[in-house]
Amino acid sequence: MSVLTLDSVSKQYGSLLALDRVSLTVAPGEFVCLLGASGCGKSTLLSLVAGLDAVSGGTLDIGGRRVSLMFQEAALFPWLSVRGNIELPLRLDGVGRAERRRRADELLEIVRLRGFGDKRPHELSGGMRQRVALARSLAQESEILLMDEPFGALDAMTRDILHDELERIWREQSLTVLFVTHNVREAVRLGDRVILLSSRPGRVIEDFPVISPRPRRIDSREVADQAAEITDKLRAEVARHAH
Amino acid sequence: MPTDLDTVQRDTTAGLDALELEIAPQRSDLGRRFWRAAWPKLLAIALVVLIWELVAVSGWKEDYVLPGPGTVFKDLGDLVTTADFWAGVRLTMTRAITGFSLAVLIGTIVGAAVATFAPLRAAIGSLITGLQTMPSIMWFPLAILLFQLGEKAILFVVVIGAAPSVANGLISGIDYVPRTWLRVGQVLGMSGLKKYRHLILPASLPSFVSGLKQGWAFSWRSLMAGELLVIVPGAISIGVRMQNARDLFESSLVISYIIVVLIIGILIDVLFNATDNALRRRWGLTGS
Repeated sequence: MSVLTLDSVSKQYGSLLALDRVSLTVAPGEFVCLLGASGCGKSTLLSLVAGLDAVSGGTLDIGGRRVSLMFQEAALFPWLSVRGNIELPLRLDGVGRAERRRRADELLEIVRLRGFGDKRPHELSGGMRQRVALARSLAQESEILLMDEPFGALDAMTRDILHDELERIWREQSLTVLFVTHNVREAVRLGDRVILLSSRPGRVIEDFPVISPRPRRIDSREVADQAAEITDKLRAEVARHAH
Repeated sequence: MPTDLDTVQRDTTAGLDALELEIAPQRSDLGRRFWRAAWPKLLAIALVVLIWELVAVSGWKEDYVLPGPGTVFKDLGDLVTTADFWAGVRLTMTRAITGFSLAVLIGTIVGAAVATFAPLRAAIGSLITGLQTMPSIMWFPLAILLFQLGEKAILFVVVIGAAPSVANGLISGIDYVPRTWLRVGQVLGMSGLKKYRHLILPASLPSFVSGLKQGWAFSWRSLMAGELLVIVPGAISIGVRMQNARDLFESSLVISYIIVVLIIGILIDVLFNATDNALRRRWGLTGS
């Protein structure tokens, strides 16, 4: 059984082939990292899964499941409080006020921002804003969470903390996560599998199961070793394109 | 008082970026802040009055043509204690607010329509900007022919002067909603009315407020021109009083009315700026 199946999915933008026959199966509750140099169509792939864009070829099946998507920018709405931002998906679904409030409190607790509900987004730090964005995504009650370099703009220490948090939430909420990054260590730190994509057009080069058992640390020996191995492959791929 | 849970939460939420939160607003006391903002203005006023006084005493113009500040301020003081004067102010402000409100209503509807329907934008988008650059006094001959010398003629010109600015403010607000917010809207499945209600309208608010501010300036100008040109029998507005003062060769009163109009303009501008600043602070757009 799978939550998400891509079968030779291609995406063409005019004359540019962004994705070339990508096949991928994701099991329920799996944490899959998509890794590649820039221009490998990682973000395109997420847009397709999120339904923001249509495939040009092949089939994509998410079995009618709800999907939410997080970006590198938290993209919170400044006219709403933190709570208002988290409640927004519920409001759009027509959830009543009391229930919205209860859910938002729960979600604030989950992302450990209890007591920050009445703040404005600009009063929070970058990492906290991403926590709010995560809570907003969770409010959509989707089974599949797509993340497009969500921690790319954060400093290493904040990112480290958010890795732990994301891992905890992923496990507690039994989510299926598709996580795009160009940071090899981050991919090995978080993923059950790391999928290496080639650039222009994006193709699946290799599918690495992550060996190191959880809980992991980004600076542990095992993570570093496997990251080094994948980096070699990635480097070879980049070199292939350099000429 | 921090509880244990607070401490736990602080620890778990604190990365390096927790340092970003340390910006404590430096608030000096109210009196000093007021003084800091006020003294340049007071100095500027004092300078203008001084130059005015010098020109008046130089004998460049006869005293009854260009009276000095002393005479004018005394007349202005007498003026503002009469109930008659305040009736005039009330009349003028009623016209201004009626005209401006109507302009906001029309400008908002037209702006939203133009921003939404591409053919409509192609048809009248540049016309709106064209109207905005039209000096409002150009409309009066037509307005008088259409509505005779009456309130409607004034209202017509005030509305046509202000509505384009309001419409343009809204249009550019809608046009420049950041792409990332639109993507979030898409991800959250917003469409149609919900997208307007929860994304487009709130996101275009700052630009809309700028449009309102500019629209007010245009409507105030149009109104003053209108009150000098279109004399409605029985309606003794500020403009009419100013005309009367000129007819009676009372320079001091003419200058007094100029000062009154200036002060009203400044007060309303302060109001708009306060709204604008409050919005920016709320959104975190102030560059402090």
